[in-house]
Amino acid sequence: MKLNIHIIILYICQAHNQVDQVYDIYKKLEERNVLLSFKGMITSELLTTILQIMESKMDHIDENPKVKKKVFNILVECLQNLYHHIDQDDTIHVAAQEKSALLMIAKIGDSYQITTGNYMRASDVPILKEKLDLVNGMDKDELKAYYKLVLAEGNMSAKGTAGLGMIDIARKSGEKLEYGFIDINEKTSFFSLTVKIAE
Amino acid sequence: MENLNLEGSAKTPTVKFDSTNGVLELKGRSIPENSIEFYKPLNDWIDAYAASPQPNTIVEIKLEYFNTSSSKCILDLFKQLEKLNSGNTEVKVNWYFEEDDEDMEEAGEDYQAIIDLPFKMIEVEEI
Repeated sequence: MKLNIHIIILYICQAHNQVDQVYDIYKKLEERNVLLSFKGMITSELLTTILQIMESKMDHIDENPKVKKKVFNILVECLQNLYHHIDQDDTIHVAAQEKSALLMIAKIGDSYQITTGNYMRASDVPILKEKLDLVNGMDKDELKAYYKLVLAEGNMSAKGTAGLGMIDIARKSGEKLEYGFIDINEKTSFFSLTVKIAE
Repeated sequence: MENLNLEGSAKTPTVKFDSTNGVLELKGRSIPENSIEFYKPLNDWIDAYAASPQPNTIVEIKLEYFNTSSSKCILDLFKQLEKLNSGNTEVKVNWYFEEDDEDMEEAGEDYQAIIDLPFKMIEVEEI
């Protein structure tokens, strides 16, 4: 009998714990003014769906066409960065969870924020960091010139990526890119990027 | 030769390449994950068209959105047309952009700076 009560109490505690956790996630998303969030595998179909949802959300609130275009463009590049990154990781054997990514789109006042999070190869971190620091160090005109240079002279990968994504994101956002890395283990890091789109 | 007509989708533009009047039109959005796949038939068509082009070739670019993957393919398309221009057809590019869409206007200017073809920037209310 005593044992049974223990089991019941344990069960209640777990259920209580679970709703706490869900509420915690909910509150965190709410506090951050998240319009849309997703965590999971990034597929081509998912990209289409997310873009459609965001487009209709912005249409619904009669968003300024200029802002709408910027958000849409930057979202395309952010999502396709995730998509291609995961595609690339098919060649190395990674755990299923490492192939998924996080996307959050928030609206704080008049400003949109797109945040992505994904695992990546630890060995690729220095190259990405260098690229991000480079674009963050450039002003509007320098970004324009750099974009043209890479467009005219850069080569395209077999996947159809042109190395222009981050430059384009920085150029259209008009704000510095916020990013960070966490070392997960020797081979894997977690990368997070936040892009702000101001009016 | 046959005309190239492709219906637009959520991620790819409407393509109307007409060999009988020399008008090559791209309209809508070009945001496929892999643009090389999409643009290959367009490049092939231009190669075939180069054999017997119209005296005037008008390129109509009416894009609402394009991603960076497409930007490289669009450049390659212009490069193909640039070569064509020195042959027996005169190529002109009409670059359309919506009112206040500075990003699309600038994108047209970027190509204009790289490509040796006459560009006309045309502002419209809606594409």
